[in-house]
Amino acid sequence: MAIVFQKTKGLTDKETHYCPGCTHGIIHRLVAECLEELGVLGDAIGVAPVGCAVMAYDYFNCDMVEAPHGRAPAVATGIKRARPDNVVFTYQGDGDLAAIGTAETVHSATRGENITIIFVNNAIYGMTGGQMAPTTLPGQVTQTTPYGRDVNYSGYPVRVCEMLSTLSGVAYAERVAVNNVPNIRKAKAAIKKALTAQIEKKGFSIVEVLSGCPTNWGMTPQEALKWIDDKMIPYYPLGVYKDVTEKGVHA
Amino acid sequence: MVLNMLIAGFGGQGVLFMGKVAAYTAMIEEKYVSWLPSYGPEMRGGTANCSVCIDDEPIGCPIVLEPETLVVLNAPSYDKFVDAVQPGGKIFIDSSLIEAKCIRTDIDAYYIPCTQMAKDDDLSGLANIIMLGKVLKETGFTTFDILCEAMKKCVPAKKAHLLDANLKALKLGYDYAE
Amino acid sequence: MGEKFLMKGNEALAEAAIRNGCKHFFGYPITPQTEVAAYMAKRMPKIGGTYLQAESEIAAINMVLGCASTGARAMTSSSSPGISLKGEGISYIIGSDLPCLIINVMRGGPGLGGIQPSQADYWQATKAPGHGDGQVLVFAPSSVQEIVNLIGQAFDLAETYRMPAMILADGMLGQMMEPVEFPEVVPTPHEKPWALTGTKGQRKPNIVNSLYLQPQELERTIIERQKRYDIIREKEVQVELQYMDDAEFAVVAYGATARVVKSAVSKARAKGIKVGLIRPITLWPFPEKEIAAAAKQVKAMLTVEMSMGQMVEDVRLAANGACPVGFFGRTGGIVPSPAEVLAEIEKMAGGAK
Repeated sequence: MAIVFQKTKGLTDKETHYCPGCTHGIIHRLVAECLEELGVLGDAIGVAPVGCAVMAYDYFNCDMVEAPHGRAPAVATGIKRARPDNVVFTYQGDGDLAAIGTAETVHSATRGENITIIFVNNAIYGMTGGQMAPTTLPGQVTQTTPYGRDVNYSGYPVRVCEMLSTLSGVAYAERVAVNNVPNIRKAKAAIKKALTAQIEKKGFSIVEVLSGCPTNWGMTPQEALKWIDDKMIPYYPLGVYKDVTEKGVHA
Repeated sequence: MVLNMLIAGFGGQGVLFMGKVAAYTAMIEEKYVSWLPSYGPEMRGGTANCSVCIDDEPIGCPIVLEPETLVVLNAPSYDKFVDAVQPGGKIFIDSSLIEAKCIRTDIDAYYIPCTQMAKDDDLSGLANIIMLGKVLKETGFTTFDILCEAMKKCVPAKKAHLLDANLKALKLGYDYAE
Repeated sequence: MGEKFLMKGNEALAEAAIRNGCKHFFGYPITPQTEVAAYMAKRMPKIGGTYLQAESEIAAINMVLGCASTGARAMTSSSSPGISLKGEGISYIIGSDLPCLIINVMRGGPGLGGIQPSQADYWQATKAPGHGDGQVLVFAPSSVQEIVNLIGQAFDLAETYRMPAMILADGMLGQMMEPVEFPEVVPTPHEKPWALTGTKGQRKPNIVNSLYLQPQELERTIIERQKRYDIIREKEVQVELQYMDDAEFAVVAYGATARVVKSAVSKARAKGIKVGLIRPITLWPFPEKEIAAAAKQVKAMLTVEMSMGQMVEDVRLAANGACPVGFFGRTGGIVPSPAEVLAEIEKMAGGAK
C-alpha cells in the first residue's frame, strides 16, 4: 500500500502539552517538516525559549538546548560560532523575544548572526496565564490590562519585523499567520526560505508567526482564528519585510 | 631588595614606560620582579604612578607604599610622596617642573632638570628616560648595558626609529652631574 | 617551561586560556579586566577562534552557554558588577551541567562601586553564583604565574565535573606585570557524548536543559550533582601553607591579599613572632580540613581580606571553636598595607615582641 501521508521525522512521538486550539503544534510541525525536507534534521540544533514552548526540546527530533528567558539568540550565537555548519534555530514567544530578550534579538540581528528565529506572536503571555505581552494590542484585555491596554499608560505594541527590517544584518524577515490553510502554506514557505538563507550563509533570518491563544484570549479555537484575521493582521500586516537572500548581508 | 621604586607624575609623562624598562632588566637578569600601575580615569591626564619591585626572593606585596627609591615628575607627586620615602632612601626630582627642595635629611635628594634637558637635546618626550639613566647611576640596580638591552626589548618594532633617541636619553641621564 | 615573558595578569590569563585550547571568548568591556578582551580580540582571529563583543554581560554568558553546549571550550571575563549580571546564565550553566570558564577580576562594590581591587565577591562566588542549589569551582591565584597555572586546571576540572570554573582575581593581579612561563599544555581528553553537534541521524537527540517540573526529578538531579560536589571537596582542594610547621599563630588570606600578608608575616617572623600563612588556592572547595588542623595547632588565627569579612565565616566554621579567629580587612578598593597587617599580627600575638 502506498504511503500518502506520515508524520514528519522532525518531531518526536512525545505528546505535546499545548492547550486545545493552540497553534504552536502547527508551527512545530512546519519547522520540523522544513528541517526534514531540506535534509538538515541531522545537522539541526534548536534553542527552546522560556514560555509556552519551553518544552520544545522534547518535541523537536534534533539536538536541543533550553535557554534562559529571552536569551535564546545569544545561546544560538554561541552555538553557531562554535559550529558554523550546523543549522541553528530558536523558537521564541513574544515575551521572550520582544520584552526580556529584546537586546539579544536586536543585536543578533544586527550582527547578521547566521541563525533562524521562529517568532511566535500571540499577543499575550500564555505560560504564566494571560498577562500583557509587548505585542498585546491596544485595548486588548489581559490579566494585567484588565481595562484594556491603555497605550498612554503601558505604551504601544512592538512590531518586530518592521523594527528588525531596518537592520543591515537581517537577510530575511517575513510575517505570516497560521489561522487558515492558505496562510499555513505561506508560513511553511517562509520558514523554508529562512532556513535556506541560513544554510546558504546569507545572514540573520526571522519568521514571525501570528498565532492563536484561545485559552488566554477567552475564546473558542474558531473565534481565535477569526480574531487573528480581524484584529491581529490589521495591526501586524503579513508579508515580507526584508529579503536580501540573493546577495546576503555579509560583504 | 634590589629595587623598590615608586614613579609618580602626570599621565603622558611616561611613568609606566619608565617602570617597564626598569622591570625588564630583571627579566634579563632572571630576578623576581613586579610592575604595578595605578589605573583608571587618572591615567587620562591626571596623576599616574607605578610601583616596581626587583628582588632575589619572590616578591610579597607589589605595591610600593614606602619606597626606597622615589621618582617624582611633577609637583603634586612630590608633595604626596616625599614623606613616604624610607629613611636612607633616595628621591629623584625633575627640577624643571618641581621647584621644591627636599628638607628631609635622612634621604638623598637628586635634582635633575630632565624636561629641560630633553628639550635642549631634541629628545622631547624622553625626560622620563633621562631620569631613568640617573636613577641607575645613583642606585646601581643593574648595569648600564643591561638597561640598554631592556630598552631594546621595550621599544616596539614599529617604533624602532625611536630606539636611538631612547638610548641617547639614558646615557644623558646616566652622565648627568649636578 | 620555556621563555619567560613580562606580562600583565589580564593578558597572561588570556594567553593561557588560548594555550589551553579555548577558542571561543564572549565578553563585554569593564574595568579592570578589559585587557583580557583586548588580548582576545587581537589573538583569536589569528588562530581561527572567536572573539565576540556581546551586547551585554547577560548575552555574553549565554553565548558561553550555547558554545559550551556544543562541547567547545568557552569562556567569558568580567568584573564584579558584570558578574552580577551573569548570575542568571551561571545558574543555568550549572543546572545544565555544562563546563566553562568565568573570570572575575574583582573591584569594589556594591553597586557601581569603584574600580580598584577588592575581594568583596567571595560570598557571591562561593555561596551563590546564581540562584538555586549549585556551586562553581573557584580558584584564587595570587601571582601572574599562578593565574597561568590555574587556567589549565580550571578548564580541565570544569570538564571533568561538568560545571563552571571561576578564576577569582582582583584588579591588582589583573593590572600588574610579573614574569611568566607558559607550561607545556598536555591536553586531557574529555569525552563529551552529551554535546550538541547534530544527530547526523546516527543517534538520539541530545538535550541540554535545566528544567525539571517534577520535584522528585529535580531533587534527584540536584542530589546527583551534590555527589559530584562531595568528590570535589574530597579531591580538589588546594592550599599553600607557609611557615606553618612551628607556627603559634596563623593568618589566612587569599589572592593579592596573601601577597601583602606574606610580607607582613616575614616581618613578624623577623621580630620573633611564630606566625604562619594559610593561603587557600581553591575557595570552593574550601580547605576546611587544613584550617581545622591548623586551628588545633595555633593559639589564634587572623583572616585578612579586601572586604568587610566574608571568607572569615568559612574559616570560623572550619576552626569550629578550636581557636579564636580574628578579622582584619580594608574594602572599597583599599589594599591593606603590610604595616597594617603586621600591627594586627602583633596584636594577635599579644603585643610587639
